[in-house]
Amino acid sequence: MINFQKVTKAYSSSSIALSDVSFEVKQGEFVSLVGKSGAGKTTLLKLLLAEERPTQGAVFFEEQDVAKIPPSQLPHLRRKIGTVFQDYKLLHSKTAYENIAYVMEVMGAADQEIARDVSGVLEIVGLLSRSHHYPTQLSGGEKQRVAIARALIHRPEVIVADEPTGNLDPYHTADIIRLLVKINELGTTVILATHNREVINRLGKRVITLEEGKVVRDEERGKFIL
Amino acid sequence: MFGPTLNRILRSGWEKFSRDTSSSSAALLVMVIVLSIVTSLFFLQGISSFLIESLQESVDVSTFLKDSAPTEEVTALQQSLSTLPEVKEVIYVSKEDALAQFIGRHEKDQVILDSLDAIGANPLLASISIKAWDPASFGKIAEFLETTPLASIIQNVDFHERAPVINRLAAIASGVRTTALAGSIFAGLIAVLVAFNTIRLTIYSSKEEIEIMRLVGASNMFIRSPFLLQGIIVGALASLLTFILLVPFTLFLSSKLETFVPQFSLFEYFMNNFFMILFLQLFVGIGLGVLSSLIAIRRYLKV
Repeated sequence: MINFQKVTKAYSSSSIALSDVSFEVKQGEFVSLVGKSGAGKTTLLKLLLAEERPTQGAVFFEEQDVAKIPPSQLPHLRRKIGTVFQDYKLLHSKTAYENIAYVMEVMGAADQEIARDVSGVLEIVGLLSRSHHYPTQLSGGEKQRVAIARALIHRPEVIVADEPTGNLDPYHTADIIRLLVKINELGTTVILATHNREVINRLGKRVITLEEGKVVRDEERGKFIL
Repeated sequence: MFGPTLNRILRSGWEKFSRDTSSSSAALLVMVIVLSIVTSLFFLQGISSFLIESLQESVDVSTFLKDSAPTEEVTALQQSLSTLPEVKEVIYVSKEDALAQFIGRHEKDQVILDSLDAIGANPLLASISIKAWDPASFGKIAEFLETTPLASIIQNVDFHERAPVINRLAAIASGVRTTALAGSIFAGLIAVLVAFNTIRLTIYSSKEEIEIMRLVGASNMFIRSPFLLQGIIVGALASLLTFILLVPFTLFLSSKLETFVPQFSLFEYFMNNFFMILFLQLFVGIGLGVLSSLIAIRRYLKV
């Protein structure tokens, strides 16, 4: 489903974020990317979302080289991938409900469909009663649950989560990871970038370890080893 | 599909304007100031045109006719003068009219009136008073009078005595016109740049928002539309606000201005150009709002 083939990303001759990275992610997998800050986890996810282009090599999503997708077609790629970020990236001028509905609106869904699905997903993440609150009125954990609900709402094929628990306390961290596991069990591929040792060790899923832009380990039931 | 999308775009444009109150009100305030400047420049043009016209109106050249000039030839000269493209108006002043005007002008000056009595007969000549569209073209008219076959009935033309004054007036008129135009262009340009930068800054503050919209798969059109609508709403509202403010402003200023420019009523000028000013403000306001939004947002949509 996702295939990184000998990918190198250099921002300058002295700043090489990724070097000769190759791996494949199959449909329905739960893959964790671990590594210290600056190891290249975020760059890797940016390449998948076509926010960056590889200097060498290619990134394939469903057999399609994402670097060769014309700009006008990029929204279609991004609609297939749900994204969750450490800093939530919610639209501040929209309520929790509107943030989630926005994704369906850009896809042209009907109003009734939006109302039904958004309420449903808000219930799943336990925020139905907070649906009309703005991001500034929500706690960190609540914001992240809105972000996950937004990533889920259009039933994407993949969810990419970049340090989703980075700003959360252990209680909310467990909550968010539980949600991601549940989403994966329902068939969605999940790629989780994190440097939270406890999260990785408790998951018992595939772990790809990055060090200075290189893949140093890729284990089926991996542990956090740095 | 297009219906709900259009609805959503309109709704999101209104939400953007109504919820983002700090940047909307900043943009609105700056736009009102800019439109007020643009409208003031329009008024300035009006006042300067009025001044120039009054100045030109006061300038004329008189062609004095010999007493022996036959009436048909005087009429023929009048007619040929009227056909000149430079000539605005030709008025014949008979000997009697000239005397009456002279007496009228000097009715309080007994010495002059006594001198007139002492002469006995009417010493004044009949004349043709000529007004030109542009004082600068009096030279051409004078040349025509010197070379016309009817030159024999002309005693003299006062152009040559008045030429320095006429030329100076023409230079002042052209100077006022050029200065007003250059000043308007300069001030207008500054105003436009200020408005453009304000809108650019409000969009810059939405940089992160645009990035998020892109990441969740919104198309460029879907991202751009609320910002464009916000620009349109700001432009249109600013135009209406400025327009409403103009009514008391011009009424107040009219009376003050009449001291300096008699016979010119700013309020009347405003009412006479009501639709022109409304259109100018809407055009500048909405145009600026849309154009600045388009240019500012373009750079954030590239990735």
